[in-house]
Amino acid sequence: MSVSSSPALDAIVIGAGHNGLTNAAYLAKAGLKVVVLEKNDYIGGAAVSRELHEGFTYSNCSYMCSMMRQAIHRDLNLSRHGLILVPYLGTVNSGDGDERLISYHDETAAYLELKRHSPHDADAMHRFQADLTRYSQLIRKTLLRTPPDPARLRPRDISELLFLAKQFWSMGEAQIYEYIRFFTMSAAEFLDDYFENDLIKAAMATPGIIGTALGVCSPGSAYVLLHHVMGDVDGNIGAWGLARGGMGAISNALAGAVREHGGEIRTQAGVRQVLVKNRRATGVVLDNGDQLSARIVVSNLDAKRTFTRIMDASDLPDGIREKADNFKIRGSSGKVNIALSALPKFTGVPDNPYVNRGGQAFSGSMETLERAYDCWKRGRWSDDPFVESVIPSAWDPTVAPPGQHWMSNFIQYCPPQLADGPWTAEKRDQFGQTVVNKIERYSPGFKDLILHMEVRTPHEIEQEIGLTEGNIFQGELTLDQLFFNRPFPGYGQYRMPVRNLYMCGSSTHPGGGVSATCGANAAREILLDLRRPNSVPEDDFFDE
Amino acid sequence: MNRYDVAIVGAGHNGLVCASYLARAGRRVLVLEAGQAPGGLAAGREFHPGFRASVAHTVSHFSAKVVRQLDLRKHGFGHSSPNLKTIGLDRDGNHVVLDGDVLSSTAAADAEAFAGYRERMTRFANALQPFWLKTAPAIGSAGLAGSMRGVPPRAPRLKAPSMTFAHMGYRLRRLGKREMREFLRVATLPARDLMDECFQSDVVKATLSWDGLVGSRLAPRSPNGAVLAMLYRMGEASGGAHAVPAGGIDSLVGSLCAAARAAGADIRCGAAVRRILIGERHADGARNGSHPASDGLAVQGVELDSGERIEADCVVSSADPQRTFLDLVGVPFLDIGFTNRIRRLRCQGLVAKLHLALDGVPEFDGLESPDGRMIIAPGLDAMEFAFDAAKYGECPENPVMEMVVPSLHDPSLAPAGQQVLSAHVMYVPYRRKRGWSDTARHAARERAIDTIAQYAPRIRDQIVACEFLTPADIERECHVTGGHWHHTEFAIDQMLMMRPTYQAAQYRTPIPGLYLCGAGCHPGGDLTGAPGHNAAREILQ
Repeated sequence: MSVSSSPALDAIVIGAGHNGLTNAAYLAKAGLKVVVLEKNDYIGGAAVSRELHEGFTYSNCSYMCSMMRQAIHRDLNLSRHGLILVPYLGTVNSGDGDERLISYHDETAAYLELKRHSPHDADAMHRFQADLTRYSQLIRKTLLRTPPDPARLRPRDISELLFLAKQFWSMGEAQIYEYIRFFTMSAAEFLDDYFENDLIKAAMATPGIIGTALGVCSPGSAYVLLHHVMGDVDGNIGAWGLARGGMGAISNALAGAVREHGGEIRTQAGVRQVLVKNRRATGVVLDNGDQLSARIVVSNLDAKRTFTRIMDASDLPDGIREKADNFKIRGSSGKVNIALSALPKFTGVPDNPYVNRGGQAFSGSMETLERAYDCWKRGRWSDDPFVESVIPSAWDPTVAPPGQHWMSNFIQYCPPQLADGPWTAEKRDQFGQTVVNKIERYSPGFKDLILHMEVRTPHEIEQEIGLTEGNIFQGELTLDQLFFNRPFPGYGQYRMPVRNLYMCGSSTHPGGGVSATCGANAAREILLDLRRPNSVPEDDFFDE
Repeated sequence: MNRYDVAIVGAGHNGLVCASYLARAGRRVLVLEAGQAPGGLAAGREFHPGFRASVAHTVSHFSAKVVRQLDLRKHGFGHSSPNLKTIGLDRDGNHVVLDGDVLSSTAAADAEAFAGYRERMTRFANALQPFWLKTAPAIGSAGLAGSMRGVPPRAPRLKAPSMTFAHMGYRLRRLGKREMREFLRVATLPARDLMDECFQSDVVKATLSWDGLVGSRLAPRSPNGAVLAMLYRMGEASGGAHAVPAGGIDSLVGSLCAAARAAGADIRCGAAVRRILIGERHADGARNGSHPASDGLAVQGVELDSGERIEADCVVSSADPQRTFLDLVGVPFLDIGFTNRIRRLRCQGLVAKLHLALDGVPEFDGLESPDGRMIIAPGLDAMEFAFDAAKYGECPENPVMEMVVPSLHDPSLAPAGQQVLSAHVMYVPYRRKRGWSDTARHAARERAIDTIAQYAPRIRDQIVACEFLTPADIERECHVTGGHWHHTEFAIDQMLMMRPTYQAAQYRTPIPGLYLCGAGCHPGGDLTGAPGHNAAREILQ
């Protein structure tokens, strides 16, 4: 065992997920000596590319990129470090039966397709998109900023509150009210304001449930919907993209930025404990017993893991352990990654390369979506779950052998604990089979194309990448855990209850998604505390 | 043709409260009630000869200020029964008893935890308490927003909202840093999360969640409404405890009528309003000085079903917003955006009413006397799953409910020696998927009685007669859209300055001279008198 002598390091970042890497990159860029510690033998956390079947590269957790802030992308030169984002061309939504709703980028085609289902909704779509854009513009302004603490009211908190108030009031009376409504209502109610056709509603509702333990009828799911559509990959709000080479390309590019600025990344270096002396974090103990000390420690783990797994209860002030225990981090999603011998054909979808390059969302009806949630509440998965399928190899030839394809399937809902006992390999495979059966319903012969399949329930996601309960957001996105309440009231500014300890993961504002904002925001606060010049860029907006 | 200063649509308790205040201020007031008796959801009904009940069966947070100011005691509002204990029934007889600040339960840890929970919730409720009797501030361009843009606002409109906001901020900040933060977190928490944080026993959790969920389209897992509903119901001095007034709910309605009449108001029952008459506003028609000249329309009076017309400068509707605007005003007089917002209000009730006429006191296993407010909700999952059925327009297999035996406190409700059992049964959908038929109503009623029989095995033998009102029945009988207790869902997006919707949230409506004073306004439903009180204040301004 080696004990390094005192602060050779300025900062230790625990966890090489994309936020940890972003945080380290900015700290290194500001001249700090930083090391990132990763328990796995690969970096990236949930943004990874892994060859789990020969010749196929799976983005086996996160599979789509939309929220990545462009300001960070440019500032860290991620393109130079190998990140290429290709636009995602939209989805075919399937109803419970034969109905299909195809999304087109071409405005006329999109309009005509909607009109085929409901002329009313085709017209309402303009209003819907305009409103969503307006809502997301305000939220986007808060992404790369530190939330104010409304109870403390130091000058900085006040100026931040005033900034928000100004943005808020500038929307005008009607919009303010609509905005408040939007924040608290369910996706179903929100969509009822616009649409009448059930398939269109279901198609639009699915972003409201992805990754969350809420249903389309649960108040609060409208915000989750927005959280998913406020990205702007190519400057267009709501646009989604795919990383060439898989989501690992994002992590690799961030790692490149860390190294460029002199930071170090160590894999197979799981942290057993954060060392605390006199209520100050002083370093960490690794799984292998090594100790590392540093001026500050930054945890990219979720709030629950940080305070219940790698911290000693006696090192924490009263009440923090309870807050961590009460932190809502509910696993609700599953993932099935499939290697295919050929591109599958879907019934009722025109056999046209433009359409088939999009993803397939088997959203069914609003009732199907809600019933799937009811199953989750009862500790089982639905026989008819929501499945969002994307075939990245249709855009990106690097992830599958020529002529063959890999298909990412995201499933909502999948419970973290089953009512009938713990997850077993057998139950996991049954879950995978449910998903395959559902796809087969829409693509006869699909099963025959399968070369390899990886099934991931919340259990696997937690075991492999350390997301508690497999929650992809590191904590539910409900109002009690958003903004200055995230992760806990009073700790919304990245500083944690032990001095020199920070958090930089999705458990902090603004929450989940491959956005890199949590890591960047935390870096800004750390640099402020260490009296270093800020290296984190301000956000820029395309709408102004 | 009759002339009044003010015509009030509906003699529900809010309409009567509003009428009293206006009449006391010297206005000539006429209250028009569609039903044969005043009271709305609180009106007594003889559901079987000699047996009486009303949809609302207890009083919990009726405004003490209104009681005082309108001298309701003098007008016959009896001293209430002692506060009812809330009893969470348990199948094994280990009932949870909630009596004021004390919770008795076999789960000793819960009883202990309750003290801290109760103290905190009381503190939060007290912080919010003043705002239920205030007009919710409008945050329009004429108010704060205008001032922030540097536009000099017109003094009266700026003052009220910014003062209310500042006051609210001050009250919250005065809770202390830690408690303010905790409030901001807890306010939107689902009942389930709050309960899981504090308690262990299923029955305790369900019983304490009840007041956050009852009457709403919310289940234990639904965020954003339940805790605020709990705090709303804890707002008065009773701290949320329920009571049956001496003389029953009838005595409250009776005293409100007496107070209104004593102040000079006329009340006519069996006089359904067919429409609210609206005409062009005259050049000198700025009778309501506070209203800016807008669309050139003004209220002229009301027309009854009989064809009779009553002229009035001011019409106040205690009917629900959808009925008021869509049926009585009519869309040709409203801006399309406003109409759409009213159409989209969520007004489908989920509470059915069961009235049992019993030949004796019902006997609940392990309970000395059924003189409390008894709740059948074995756990949060049971409530959630009952709600799940209702989401799809089905009746729950295992309904959850609140029961009282009001005749124990008010013997006039039943013949000597006999009793009335009154139950709010959740979650029964307003719109049943296959429609409400007599068979369906019968089946739902039997499920409810079977559920009671699990706790009071002899109940079926005691039943003399029974009545089951689905939300659709309540809509018809009490003239409330959707049969909804709150007229429209009590949820954050339909609260405060958004209740029922902006442009109608300060009791004024887009039509000069037309006001709202019912449960569809701030602060909301239940027997409180607050909307009626607040509306009267705005009208008199």
